[in-house]
Amino acid sequence: MPFIPHTSGDLSAMLKRIGAETLDDLFDEIPANLTMQAIPGAPEGMSESEISSLMHERAGTDGRPVCFMGAGAYDHFVPAAVWQLTTRGEFYSAYTPYQAEASQGTLQVIYEYQTMMASLTGLDISNASLYDGATAFAEACLMAVRANRKSTSRKILVPRTVHPYYREVAFNIIRGQNIELVDLPMLDGVTDVAALAEHAGQDFAAVVIQQPNFFGSLEQVDALTNWAHAEAALVIAVANPLALSVLEPPGEWGEAGADVACGEGQPLGVPMSSGGPFYGYMVCRKDIVRQMPGRIVGRTVDVDGKPGFTLTLQAREQHIRRSRATSNICTNQGLMVTASTIYMALLGNEGLRRVALASHENTRQLIEGLCAIHGITRAFTSPVFHEAVLLLDRPVAPVLDALAATGILGGVDLTEFYPELGNALLVCATENRTPKHIEQYVAAMTAVFTTEEVRQHG
Amino acid sequence: MVEPLIFEYHASGGRSFTVKAPEASDLPKQFLRKSKPALPAVSELQVVRHYTRLSQLNFSIDTHFYPLGSCTMKYNPKACNSLAMLPELLGRHPLAPDQFSQGTLECLYELQEMLQQATGMSGVSLTPMAGAQGELAGVAMIQAYHKTRNDHERNEIIVPDAAHGTNPATATMCGCKVVEIPTRADGDLDIDALKAAVGPKTAGIMLTNPSTLGVFERQIEEIASIVHAAGGLLYYDGANLNAILGRTSPGAMGFDVVHLNLHKTFSTPHGGGGPGSGAVGVGERLRPYLPIPLVIKTASGYSWAAEKDCPDSIGRLSAFMGNVGVLLRAYIYMRMLGGEGMRRVSEYAVLNANYIMVCLREAGFTIAFSERRASHEFIISVKKITRETGISAMDFAKALLDYGIHAPTTYFPLLVPECLLIEPTETESIQELDGFIEAMIAIRDKAYSDPEALKAAPLTMPVRRLDDVRAAKHPNLVWQPPDEQAI
Repeated sequence: MPFIPHTSGDLSAMLKRIGAETLDDLFDEIPANLTMQAIPGAPEGMSESEISSLMHERAGTDGRPVCFMGAGAYDHFVPAAVWQLTTRGEFYSAYTPYQAEASQGTLQVIYEYQTMMASLTGLDISNASLYDGATAFAEACLMAVRANRKSTSRKILVPRTVHPYYREVAFNIIRGQNIELVDLPMLDGVTDVAALAEHAGQDFAAVVIQQPNFFGSLEQVDALTNWAHAEAALVIAVANPLALSVLEPPGEWGEAGADVACGEGQPLGVPMSSGGPFYGYMVCRKDIVRQMPGRIVGRTVDVDGKPGFTLTLQAREQHIRRSRATSNICTNQGLMVTASTIYMALLGNEGLRRVALASHENTRQLIEGLCAIHGITRAFTSPVFHEAVLLLDRPVAPVLDALAATGILGGVDLTEFYPELGNALLVCATENRTPKHIEQYVAAMTAVFTTEEVRQHG
Repeated sequence: MVEPLIFEYHASGGRSFTVKAPEASDLPKQFLRKSKPALPAVSELQVVRHYTRLSQLNFSIDTHFYPLGSCTMKYNPKACNSLAMLPELLGRHPLAPDQFSQGTLECLYELQEMLQQATGMSGVSLTPMAGAQGELAGVAMIQAYHKTRNDHERNEIIVPDAAHGTNPATATMCGCKVVEIPTRADGDLDIDALKAAVGPKTAGIMLTNPSTLGVFERQIEEIASIVHAAGGLLYYDGANLNAILGRTSPGAMGFDVVHLNLHKTFSTPHGGGGPGSGAVGVGERLRPYLPIPLVIKTASGYSWAAEKDCPDSIGRLSAFMGNVGVLLRAYIYMRMLGGEGMRRVSEYAVLNANYIMVCLREAGFTIAFSERRASHEFIISVKKITRETGISAMDFAKALLDYGIHAPTTYFPLLVPECLLIEPTETESIQELDGFIEAMIAIRDKAYSDPEALKAAPLTMPVRRLDDVRAAKHPNLVWQPPDEQAI
């Protein structure tokens, strides 16, 4: 029997001890009319070799196209050590570290992770992670409303340059709590700082700033932060943690720094894996830590005075506080955090910086190559990190289809997200893209545009 | 702490970087960071040794037995991990076009179908990223249903006092009022209290069946008809599905919406606290509200259904499509088991639980709800031992660690004093179960002969009992270098 160790002898001995005749007797408290003899329509079981063939076949169908897509999930290189260590059974199959004495490995990893994230973001305290970047953003909005002591407002200013799915997810998660997300317009691919004047004196709990933003563009974080604080609003930073190895960290934005930073941890050693499991990170100023959702690990001592780690500040959480908890969240993405901690330890500052700068440089080269094609231009003039929006002189979808036919994922079509931009395409080239990949893309794009021209003019 | 922090290792020069240092960047200076983050600077071997050693400080299913009630800590088959980590699957971008996604989508589509069959529901969405997010989706769908019917007064969620903490927390998060109702002495719900609680404000009830008390709620049909008659809907918390898989289903019991913990019943790893996965299933009337995206099958193959196809959906709950890597592991597990194997899961899970319960009862332990059949888990109360010896449920938990057994769930459910909630799962052998029973008896005997020794437990772990009060009063949540200048 797959994964069940009992022999027939074990079964009869155990039933006898229990005083039951058959396994069916053990279910005698379920009303008979509710029971079923089998799961209707369920397939027959497969051996490991059969499922292995099936999965290889299915994976082969997906193939391995060359990826120039970003939009919140990035194709970075992950060194072998990261997942070999992470999938050790002692990490992979461990439970949540509630029994601290039997979980010092997981707890110390999280403590190290918290330290790394605090340092990377320039803020004081990190939690042990949330589900993903979008839900971390939703939780940050809730936290800001609770934490802002100078304002009772339930409104949050959210620029249109923030990832559209993040805005949608936040809306879906917090709508039950009467919190309003107010759109802030954009100009040249970044938040329109001049448009803030319109909102002066309107009382907001928080202002959101994504850096780099959804378009890859760099926001005027200092000006935005200072404006928000002058208006007694908190600042929620949504930042790509890899980019923070190079970019000004949220804790140093403006005069006082952002109050909460959150975002998607995936770029730090987590594979794209169709969008999950990823993890959301969240870091904040020390004085508002008790409003932070999620698990937190602290260092303490045991009865002999020996240092050790334990989950702490649990009075915020659902298993203690029930209906009055800071959030219903129970889980953290422990395994993904383990991978990221190992990734950051392996790469260090210098390694992370190189990955960030190489991604930036590859994207610069890609844009340069593509914009040399007649009919393709940059949508915005603002500087970018490792993603940029291109404007095409024709609809994006057929162009992407033509590229896909050559094995290239040419980017993310923004037509539906931002119809006002026209034929906009979001492209990204991480450090994982070689000069050859970039040449291949530019050549394929050139071919698409040339063929189209031939067809149109012929 | 037996292993230094990674930050305490000396900087070493033996590192290899994944990429060459690029030319000077053209990023404008105003955007750049001026300080350096305090990340370690160590060699690959130092990293490998450090994290290997840390892993060895953990209990895990691969190394230890976890009779951990309500958590279903069963074996995580290795094939599920290695096949879900095939390079094409790991490398798939979440927004990749359908022609590069048919393999993944077919697996997810079939998983939707299998979960639908196992729960007796008529639609499934795989997107919720954990049980608590599945709960949020479920309550949001219940709210959307009432709202569509212009039934705006329904904002109360009924929750039994034995419920998991996430149930009331979720209801609050959705803006609902929580109405708690008591459980009777026999472990079933207090039907009179339920009748008194329902009314025109009832949005729904959240139940686990078998309940967190480790017994099957026998009046479930009556409960369903009371709640439905009052205009409310029934929410099934799937935490305990392992007890009934293939025997009965939430659909048969009358539930309108369920969430499943794939990291419990369907054997995806707990990973030291996540990722989980909290797929939701619904009956016909809640189908329009399922969270997106869903996988659909058309003449031209598999594709996503999202905003355009599902206008009444409660929307997206994650940036992309939930925890696909976890979903694939659950899919592989279910395909290996098949229908028969899934039914065997509940049979042997319940067998193992009843076996331990009977053995401990014979050994003189007090079983809560002793007259009842155990489900896949059961509760013992050590209150009498605590009174006579001072040895508490917590002491039992810590002492078990010294026997190489993870502690059962303690002090939950809150209704039973000094309780241990014990769930062995189907993947443990009789030898392992007997070892646990012997350990419990030995600890009980020691409680009477040498209680001080038990209060000192655990003695064989990397650390002894930790000072939780100090941890909360003087939070040390981030490592500070001895010399601040070092940053």
